[in-house]
Amino acid sequence: MCRLFAVTSSEPLVPSTALKALDVMREGHDGSGVGLFLTDLGGRWEDYKNLPTLSGIFSDDGLRELDELMISKGFRCEDEVLIRPTFEPPVGTPKRDNYLIRAYNIPTEWEDLSQKNIGFRLLETRMKLRQQGLANEAMTVFSFWYDVMMLKETGDPLAINDYLSLDSQGISSRIIMAQGRQNTNYAINLYACHPFFIQGFSTMTNGENTAFVPIREYLMSRNFLGYTGYQSDSEVFTHILHYAQNQLCLGLPFYKHIITPLMDNELESHPNREILKLIKHSCRPLVIDGPNCIIGCLPDKTMFMVQDSKKLRPGVVGGRVGKFVFSSEECGLDVVVPERNKHLDFQPMKYDTVCVSAQREKVEKWSQWEALTLQN
Amino acid sequence: MESVGSINPSKLSPKDLLWRILWDKEKCRLCGRCTAVCPVQALDLGVQRKRVVNIALGITETPSNVYGIFHGIRQKTDLSHLCVGCGMCELVCPNRAILVVRNEEMDKARFHINEGGNPRRRGGRRNNPASLLDAIKFTRISMLTDPALDAGRHEFEVRTLLGRLIPAEDMMKITREGGYLPPVREIYPLMIGSMSLGALSPNMWEGLQMGVAYLNEEMKMPVVICSGEGGCPPKLLRSRFLRYLILQIASGYFGWDEILRALPEIKEDPCAIEIKYGQGAKPGDGGLLMWHKVNQMIAAIRGVPMGISLPSPPTHQTKYSIEEAVAKMIQSMSMAWDFRVPVYPKISGSTTTLAVLNNLVRNPYAGGLAIDGEDGGTGAAYNVSMDSMGHPIASNIRDAYLNLVKMGKQNELPLFAGGGVGKNGNLAANALALIMLGASGIQIGKYIMQAAAGCVGSETDRCNVCNLGICPKGITSQDPRLYRRLNPDDVAQRVVDIFLSFDQELKKIIAPLGRSTSLPIGMSDALGISDEAAARRLSISYVV
Ligand code: SF4
Ligand code: SF4
Repeated sequence: MCRLFAVTSSEPLVPSTALKALDVMREGHDGSGVGLFLTDLGGRWEDYKNLPTLSGIFSDDGLRELDELMISKGFRCEDEVLIRPTFEPPVGTPKRDNYLIRAYNIPTEWEDLSQKNIGFRLLETRMKLRQQGLANEAMTVFSFWYDVMMLKETGDPLAINDYLSLDSQGISSRIIMAQGRQNTNYAINLYACHPFFIQGFSTMTNGENTAFVPIREYLMSRNFLGYTGYQSDSEVFTHILHYAQNQLCLGLPFYKHIITPLMDNELESHPNREILKLIKHSCRPLVIDGPNCIIGCLPDKTMFMVQDSKKLRPGVVGGRVGKFVFSSEECGLDVVVPERNKHLDFQPMKYDTVCVSAQREKVEKWSQWEALTLQN
Repeated sequence: MESVGSINPSKLSPKDLLWRILWDKEKCRLCGRCTAVCPVQALDLGVQRKRVVNIALGITETPSNVYGIFHGIRQKTDLSHLCVGCGMCELVCPNRAILVVRNEEMDKARFHINEGGNPRRRGGRRNNPASLLDAIKFTRISMLTDPALDAGRHEFEVRTLLGRLIPAEDMMKITREGGYLPPVREIYPLMIGSMSLGALSPNMWEGLQMGVAYLNEEMKMPVVICSGEGGCPPKLLRSRFLRYLILQIASGYFGWDEILRALPEIKEDPCAIEIKYGQGAKPGDGGLLMWHKVNQMIAAIRGVPMGISLPSPPTHQTKYSIEEAVAKMIQSMSMAWDFRVPVYPKISGSTTTLAVLNNLVRNPYAGGLAIDGEDGGTGAAYNVSMDSMGHPIASNIRDAYLNLVKMGKQNELPLFAGGGVGKNGNLAANALALIMLGASGIQIGKYIMQAAAGCVGSETDRCNVCNLGICPKGITSQDPRLYRRLNPDDVAQRVVDIFLSFDQELKKIIAPLGRSTSLPIGMSDALGISDEAAARRLSISYVV
């Protein structure tokens, strides 16, 4: 089982904050890989919040291919972090040419387009790069979105941090999500590493998704460009979140109702039973059967955690005003917010959704039994 | 020497028959029960003559004959009294004096059952015990990668949906802006398929209805049953139990006069309406209720005269094309209940299934599609139709499901599979295999007749006289002397037992696969089979 750690803080933090927390949960992951999702960026990247930022790994040829393609589309580079390792990589990490994070100005002809349209074109560009890169493995692209950086690599999280000197690259962010990988399928593919990302939404999960095949079939048959890939059975959790929010315009409290709907007899006594029943019916193929703990982040920088309908995975949330941590284990919280009031630590159970908004004032909790409001 | 009598082409000896009766004179106490119970009068309890040659010991005395008689059983060999192997004679014999055995080689009688140019007709099943569904295994077990679920401890929700489901995007739009949302029923995924009152005896029908009502009202299992084409008794029509019933309309429209007339008095909506276009056992052939079974009650419910055979034509005669047949029928049936009741067609498995499916996808009122595979049973059909016509259900349902997936409609139009599910007793395994291949629910018929009422029919041509109204178990007969053998309460009790045990077995399958709260429809990654060609055809894994 993998270990998950996420932090949302008013002050920007360096990536190693999360990687150190993963390290104390070492019993639960085998150091076979790490994934990082950073958003609400700090430092000089504050200035580029309105610029789409590309994150990925490129061979030297891949970098040339990238430039060719991006220039032909009319993107102009604004700033970048380019890491070209010169040392031998740590055990378990392959030698790569370039780790790249680059902020772009959008093509001038896009400037009059709606945000939705631009968002779609950014996704299209990422998918194109990913597609092109798959052929010769010259390009691996994790994200291309505003105010988001991502990194995925195989090997030990802390060793990778040292190897790439992540903390001294001017990278910091107010939100970090990190997963320490427990390798259960031996062919490690970077696209199979958590967290997963689509258009500002990101989630990471531990546990096996037993309902993967029908969910994948359903998402793929939505004919939405980004619903593809699925090198990992957990990628669907991100796409379900995106589908619920962007296609169905359903807010976060509904996510839990889609992936783990209340049972029919429970629904009978719910104040919103009509709409919930309709959602349960129409989204039937999206029901996850667990066991999974999902930690995710929305485009508005709200961080949340939900559990499967039996709560078969560990997960705890705690912190203080200005800094909250979502983690697989208590010890993850202890490393990053030791000063918090531990009595307020909360382990979401099978009906709960917990979240911390971008204001970082408190942990909000909803039970699935509560009344909901439908946005228009 | 006595003459052997005339020997003509169709004169058969017991050795030429499928079944042979062995009778033990020593044990027989001549009670006559076997002859009384035999549905086909295959046994002669008669006085038989026997010569004893008496040879004296002396030289001068001449041998003499003593002609004596004895009473005993003799198996008839003429074609109209062929033993059907039902075994009722064995069942009733108090002294175990009679034994029914299958002849060691293939019978010769089959070549002769076409007297007068009439091919063999029978009821029952396809007479082929092979089952692909039995060969499918569940191979994707969550081992250590996950805490497996516990069938006995965890909460499960085993439900499926019947009715047209609106895509989530449209559903949200309708919720916000208003519009028509089709009716959808939450039901138990195992349902009792269509068997009409007429094909079934009143006791059998009543027993099934009582069992289903008990499951719903006492066990909280929303099990439903389809009426078959034959109408519905007036009291049931006007009762609250109607909601557990799927009313079937087929090409003979039997009973629908009564149903439509009763509409103003009907208090509960039925669960759904099934429009039967075909039956897996005899695709392309209509229904047939032989005159023997059309007594006063059946005639009244169906709105026909007594004592005449009731054929339903192979097609709905008033319609001439798929658009007509499907769209108009669905629309009119929906209209009858003011669009509050799901309406769906049932067809026989066929290579043309996809054409029907594509048509239904475009019809927003179609509430599902039931497909009946070649292994389905029937009350009466030509032998050739039963044995050689039809399409296996597994590949048909898989094709249909994958076709829906391609169109993104897999959740919108639920598929129901039937035909040979549990034919060798493996009900839960067969049902789950079909669900994981893409079915939303399963219809059973023969299984329930065997398990709930003790039907003795088999896949090797045992009994199968369901068409003649002489069912020795009283299941498919309208003769009160026969159906009083079947106590409706006992049938109901068995129905409850069957569903409860099915439910447990189902959990024993899905829990180790890590599923509990949603039916694993289309979870094909869980399936494996040791037949490479079948694995490829069904897109499941090949395991050896
Ligand atoms: S097995 Fe059935 S059909 Fe054959 S003789 Fe006995 S009772 Fe009659
Ligand atoms: S027992 Fe009755 S229902 Fe069963 S095969 Fe014989 S006649 Fe048909």
